[in-house]
Formats: sequence, C-alpha cells, structure tokens
Amino acid sequence: MNFQQMILTLQQFWAEQNCIIVQPYDTEKGAGTMNPMTYLRSIGPEPWNVAYVEPSRRPADGRYGENPNRLYQHHQFQVILKPSPDNIQELYLESLERLGINPLDHDIRFVEDNWEAPTLGAWGLGWEVWLDGMEITQFTYFQQVGGIDANPVAVEITYGMERLASYIQDKENVFDLEWVDGITYGDVFHQPEYEHSKYTFEVSDVKMLFTLFNMYEEEANKAMNQHLVFPAYDYVLKCSHTFNLLDARGAISVTERTGYIMRVRNLARQVAATYLEEREKLGFPLIKKGGAEHV
Amino acid sequence: MSRDLLFEIGLEEVPARFLRAAMEQLQDKVVKWLDASRIGHGEVTAYATPRRLAVWVQNVADKQEDISEEVKGPSRKIALDESGQWSKAALGFAKSQGVDPESFTFKELGGVEYIYVTKNSVGVETKSILSEGLHGILTSMTFPKNMRWGAHEFKFVRPIKWMVALLGSDIIDLEITGVKAGNVTRGHRFLGGEAVVISEASAYRDVLREQHVIVDVKERQDMIVAQIENLAQEKGWNIAIKDDLLEEVLFLVETPTVLYGTFDSSFLHIPQEVLITSMREHQRYFPVLDNQGQLLPFFVTVRNGDRRSLDVIARGNEKVLRARLSDAKFFYEEDQKLQIKDALSKLESIVFHEELGTIGDKVRRIRRISDQLSAKFNISADTADSVSRAADICKFDLVTQMVYEFPELQGVMGEDYARKAGEKEDVAKAVFEHYQPRFAGDAVPSTQVGSIVSIADKIDTIVGCFSIGIIPTGSQDPYALRRQAAGIVQIILEHQLPVTLSDVFGIALEVHENIRALKRSTDEIRKDLKEFFGLRVKKLLSEDQRYDVVDAVITAGFDHVVSVVSRGHALMHAVENVEDFKTVVESFNRVSNLAAKAGKAAVNSELFTELEESELYEAWQAIRNDYQAALEAADGERSLSLLSGLKGPITKFFDSVMVMAEDEAVRANRLALLSGIDGDLKRYADFTKLVW
Repeated sequence: MNFQQMILTLQQFWAEQNCIIVQPYDTEKGAGTMNPMTYLRSIGPEPWNVAYVEPSRRPADGRYGENPNRLYQHHQFQVILKPSPDNIQELYLESLERLGINPLDHDIRFVEDNWEAPTLGAWGLGWEVWLDGMEITQFTYFQQVGGIDANPVAVEITYGMERLASYIQDKENVFDLEWVDGITYGDVFHQPEYEHSKYTFEVSDVKMLFTLFNMYEEEANKAMNQHLVFPAYDYVLKCSHTFNLLDARGAISVTERTGYIMRVRNLARQVAATYLEEREKLGFPLIKKGGAEHV
Repeated sequence: MSRDLLFEIGLEEVPARFLRAAMEQLQDKVVKWLDASRIGHGEVTAYATPRRLAVWVQNVADKQEDISEEVKGPSRKIALDESGQWSKAALGFAKSQGVDPESFTFKELGGVEYIYVTKNSVGVETKSILSEGLHGILTSMTFPKNMRWGAHEFKFVRPIKWMVALLGSDIIDLEITGVKAGNVTRGHRFLGGEAVVISEASAYRDVLREQHVIVDVKERQDMIVAQIENLAQEKGWNIAIKDDLLEEVLFLVETPTVLYGTFDSSFLHIPQEVLITSMREHQRYFPVLDNQGQLLPFFVTVRNGDRRSLDVIARGNEKVLRARLSDAKFFYEEDQKLQIKDALSKLESIVFHEELGTIGDKVRRIRRISDQLSAKFNISADTADSVSRAADICKFDLVTQMVYEFPELQGVMGEDYARKAGEKEDVAKAVFEHYQPRFAGDAVPSTQVGSIVSIADKIDTIVGCFSIGIIPTGSQDPYALRRQAAGIVQIILEHQLPVTLSDVFGIALEVHENIRALKRSTDEIRKDLKEFFGLRVKKLLSEDQRYDVVDAVITAGFDHVVSVVSRGHALMHAVENVEDFKTVVESFNRVSNLAAKAGKAAVNSELFTELEESELYEAWQAIRNDYQAALEAADGERSLSLLSGLKGPITKFFDSVMVMAEDEAVRANRLALLSGIDGDLKRYADFTKLVW
C-alpha cells in the first residue's frame, strides 16, 4: 500500500465512523494537536469528531535529508473523538486491519505514554501503540486543554504516517517510501528537507526571528482583546513556530527557554478560555445537533 | 454454607508499573471489607494482566456472623433522677441504641456503676451487602495517576470496560460509568473470545487460560523465565534477566511468547553499555551475552501472543532496533568530534541550581575542593595532577548527545570519550567513578583519583544545598543528599582515608564562602552537617551492629569515620563473644559514675595513700601512649584491649579504697584519678549506654 493509499484508507475509515474529514491547517505547527480543529474544538461540552492529515514541522529534527528516520516535516494522521467512545481501541485496531495489519501476525501493544504539551497547557493519559516494537501511534485521552479540564473527554489518535508506511512497505529509508506508483517520498520531499534544514541551522536571521516573536505575541494579544479567537490563535501558532526555529538555531539559552515557553502557554491559555466564552455566547450550537453515533 | 467470590475489573491497558501494587491493593481492600463485615472466608488470590485486575476469594460465608455486643451508657448517678426514674440522659441512650430502658443492666467499672445494654444483631446475607461493598472497594481504589474518559466524572487508572462480580454462580448487582457487572469476561485481545462466560467463580483462572490469558502473575513470570532459559540453553547464550525489566514485561503481556532477533555486528564497536541501555530502555529487550559477559548481536523480546508469525515479528523488531542503534552510532560518532574543552564551555550555560550557579560553577568548586583534599592525603604529585584534571573534566559528557538521550549513561560515556580523547587512564576512569556509589549497594570508586573527586562533587552539592536551606526532611530529598552523604562515608571507610568529616566540611564551606556570601552562618551549616552525617554513620553501623553499641561509640565521636567503625566492630565483638566482658564494662561504669562528682583538679600522685590507688594510676599511665596511638590509628581492637586491661586494677581499687575519704584533698585526688580514666574511656565509647 503506498503512502497516498494509506491516507485515503484512513480518511475513508474514519469518515465511516462519522468523522468530519477536514484539510490540513495552513499555519506552520509542530503537531496535529495544534490544529484549531483539535486544540480549540476539544475544549467545552460540544461533541466533535474529526480526522485529517497534518504536515508537522519540527525544525530541530531537520537532518538535511540525510537521516533515514528523522525529518524536518513529517505527516500525522489525526483523529479526535469527543466524547471518547467506549469502543475506541477496537475502532483503532480495525483501522489497522484496513491498512493490512492483521493483529494475529503481529505483536500489537498499548504501552503507557503520557502526553504533555507545555506550550499548550495541555496534557493527557494514554499509550503509544507498538507494532512489533515500533511506535506507530500516540493514543491520548485529553485531561486538560489550555489549562481547562476536558469535559467531556476527547480522545486523540495520532498515526505517525512515515513510521507506519516504512513498516507496511518494508523500507529502511523514509525517502524510499512509495508515495504513488513511480513517485517516492524523496521525490516529493527531499529538496524541501535539505533546504529547510540548511535554512534552520545556518541561514535564519535570529534577530529578525526574535522581533517576529514579539510582534506575533503582540498581535495575538490585540486580536484576543477583541475576542477574535481564531485570528489570535493563528498568531499563537506563529509564536510557537518562531520559537522552534530559534530553539533549533541554539539561540535560546536554557534559562530563557522556560520564559519563552511560558509566554506561548499564557497566550494559548487565554485563547482557550476566550474560545469557551465565545462558544457559550453562541449557546454551544453543536450540542443541539447531537454527537455522531458510533458503530 | 459458603461459595467463592470473584471480582474482575476489565480495563483498557493499565500502565505496567502500576499493576502489581494495584493487584495487592484490590486484594487488601476485599479482605479488609470482608473482615470488617464479619464475613468468614477462605484463601484469597489476586490476579493482574494489562487488561484486568481480579480477586478470587474461596469459601465466602453466605451470611455475616451474628454478634452480641455490650454497649456502655451513662453512670447510674446520671441515669437515674432523684426520684429513681430514668433521666433524660438514660432515655436518650436507650433511643440511640434502639432499645427499651427496661433492658438496661447495671455493672460496675472502676468503682462506678454504669448502665449497659446488650445488642444482638443477626448477620444478613452476604449477597445482600456485596453489591455495596464492591462498589465501595472499586471507588476507593487509588493509583499514582487517574483519568477521566467519555462524559463520566468518575476517575480511574484507565477506562473500565467490563466487570465480573460473582458469588458462586450468582451475579452481584454492580454498576459504574455505565458498565454493569455480569458473568462475562473477555479473553486475549486477539486470540481469545470477546464474550466469555464464567459460570462459577472458581472456574475463572482455567477459563481464561483457555482464552489465552494467564491471569496468575507468578505463572506468567515462570513461563517467561523458563522460555528465556530454554532459549539460552539451546543457543549457549547468557541472557541477563534484569528484575525491573522482567517485572515490566510481565505486565505488558497476557500470553507471553519469547522470541529473539539479531542486529548487525558492526554495531558492537559502540560501548556495550550504550547498546544494552538502548535495547532495554527503548525497546524492553533482554540483551544477550556470551559466557565472558561480552555482548552478542542478538536480543530477546516477549510477544503478547502465541507462536504464529514469530518470524514477521522478529523482523519488525530488528528493523526498529536497527534504526535505534543507527541513532546511537550517530550520537557516538558525533560526540567524539566534540572537543572536551568545547564541551566544558557549554557547561557554563547549564543551570545546576538557580542560587548555586551553572554546572561550570560547580565544576570550579569541585576542582578547588579536590585539590585541597589531595593536599591532605599525602599522594604523589602525579596523582594530584590527575585529580585536578579529573575534577576539571568530570562533567563534560553532560553536553554530549548520548547522555542527553540516555541520562543514565553519564560518566560511562565520559570515561569512554575521555580515554579516546587521550586523557590519562586514571583521569578517564575517575570521570566515571566520581558518580559512584550511584545507588544503594553500588561499588565505591576503586581509585584514589575517583574517590577524591567523588567526595568533592558530593560534598559540594550537600554544602551548597545546606547553605541555601535545602535540607532533607522526611521523604523530601530531591537532590538525593542522603545517598550522597552515605557515599562519602562509604568512600572514606573503604579506602581508610585519613580525613575527618569536619575537615571535609571545612574545605567545602571555605570554597563556597570564597565564591559568594552564604545565606546562613557557617556555624549553623556545620551543625546541620554534623547531625546529618551522624545519622548516616549511625545507619551504616546499624547494618551489622547492635543499636546500643552504635549509640555508645557514636557518643564518643564519629568525626573520624574509620575510627568509629573500628571501635564499633571491636566493641560489638567483645559484647557478644568475650567472656566476662560485662564485668569489664561494670568496672568502667563505676569509674564513670564517680567521675561525674570530680572537680577540675589534676591528679597528684603525691597524695595517694593506698597501694591500690597508686597501682591503678600506674596501670593507667602505662597504657596511655599506646592507647593514644591505637586510637589515632583507628585500631578499635587494640584500644579496647588496652582499656580492658584496667579492669583488674579498677576492681582492686574499688575493693580497697574508700573514694569518698574524709580528707578533702585525698578525696578530690581520688576523684581526679577516676575522672582522668573516665576521660580516656569516653574517647572510645560511652560504656554506660550498653544494655545487658
């Protein structure tokens, strides 16, 4: 199964479970969790079921396209179900079977792994899922998002698409993965991997990035004061990505690091609180529509 | 009549590290509840797998025991009013106990008469209270981390999926988070059935075994160990089964099947600690060694399932390990490109503690303390140079990628990289050894250089923390200061180092004082240090000595650690094995008791009037130089034997000499003699603390 078929299969499967299939968000981010379709929508009482692919940037993981396993940008397939359904593990295992993974021929385990995103003020409990010793999925029951108790609880399933594909296609090097017949992952992503790594580690303008961080932070506050949650959150994401670029460049000392993380977290918390207020003003419209029914 | 009770909580995979304690907790709560509810029962067995906690109680009585209890009420004086009628207090008591006042009886207790009622309660059927009891047990379970799920408020370790609650074959009514208890369990996630009926509580274990779930923890463990041992024997391998890894793996599987895989032997040029750590920490694999303890390019893992497609699984695991080891190899090669001096400059930006500066600051202090300790130890100039260099570079590996990835390899990597960078052998070795002892039972540094830098690093942390008020209390010891203090004591002891604890404190305090103004006075810090180390020494001695012996020798001082231990051992031996030692101590104690009455005057031999007092004086004088020398040499046995020689003269003295003589000068002189001897005794131990 090629990379594209994997994405289509997962989309199809989760669409069948009554998830809305949305498209990747257009602002740089480190993980699918940061997409407002997860971060904001998992807050508050409204039911919410969604699935999407998220290209996720981790500047510090860039390796100039030379490392077979590490990437500046990788792909997550993200599923959010709120409230978490009782049969979620079974649904997940069924999705693996759709990808051709028969559990009787493999060793699949749920190994404790608790998730925390300090810049988002979010944490949850759950597992990493092991397929024959390889971590292929992060499985988390959100307990807090933006400092707000998750109620009801959303469950997040994040498939690491490259890892899963390297297993399914039996490839050692991520760049050898087949995206579609005749086109490899490397054909699509090798050049950007190299260029982004070079930019991140050698070229980026540290002074400019510090200035941008401050500007984004200011703009986030400005938007928030007007109760414009989504624009404010876009600038929080920009702050976070700018921080990641600075961090990868080694421009932030250990002591300063905590300070920057706290600044992003404070913004993210305020956005979360404002989002909840605004939804309440709207009367939590999705409650009336009722949650999607699950198999 | 009795039947078996079964209670199973089916869960989404519970963290392996919580399971054993959770299983014990469930068993404990069930037993406590049965006992408190006066329900008789037989043997209790608890089970746990990643997906379930269960307890099976045999022969649970069908009914609670009947009881008859006497309840005491107010005294007769209060219970009856002036006219002999029941008072309000008595009527209130009757009401509260639900009895008629006519059933009161009087009984005397401690000379006062009280009213009593006898209450008989008839036990109810176990089944009628089990539902409430199990609910209470379930909701009172505690875990290190709890979670919510779905739209439920209830918190538990992981979501509850099903429950089985049976008394014999009867289902107990119980519901939580929408899950109703029944007689239906689930088998192995992939190999077993999704709805498996347990017809009878006692059938639980066997039914689940058929469903590929080994619920008994011991049975599962034995299976894993036996399979590993078979494999080892078949292949001629030595497979190191580390207890904590076995414990974790045990709670990651319901049906264990051991399999092995291989990795490219070109990875074997990486230090084997690195490969082993990567296999254990990341993948939960058991490493494979040959009979010389050399790592072989194989690994052993445990699958949660049967033998089907083991080759596929082995290949998958090999692929993962290849990526892991490639990372390790990359780190190992990259780290060696880093110059030690560049690594050291990076330490300047790592904060050790806000108030105590960076690791760079700490290293400078370690260097100064180490050099001063070297000066005390009469070591060669060459060794002293090595100490200085080792102190300077002891922390450089903290900024390497390998230690960042595997913090537990600090020191191990440093030693390897230092050697490769051309550092002297004793310096490289000390980079590792200065962390020793790393845990209870770990070895102390084997070299002089390692010992000195180790003491310096540890005392720097302890004095630094004490100076800003971080002193361990109760279970609070975030910087593991107790372990580090014990480490210093062990090193001094093991190497018989000629240094006192106050020397060590003094050096470290001075170094800290020279760098920054201390928040607390050095006298205060010194006092706290003395008390803190006193407890460590005491703990160490108590490992093989009686508490009264420990008390006795510690009272005489523990500043010289080697001495106090040697004195303790000799005294312990004497107390337990030397015939008549009790009479020796009795003679000492007579000396001590009277010495307390002495003034300040010195002994004047001219004033002796009796032969026995001159003889005692001379016997004492005769041993003094040797005794002093033996104490200085920390020779507990020799010093105690010298003291014991005084028993004869002391006994004769007390038999013939009247200490409290009428002549004031004579009396004062005799007391002075005893006081002088007592002073020497007390340099060894406070013998009055011994208990017979």
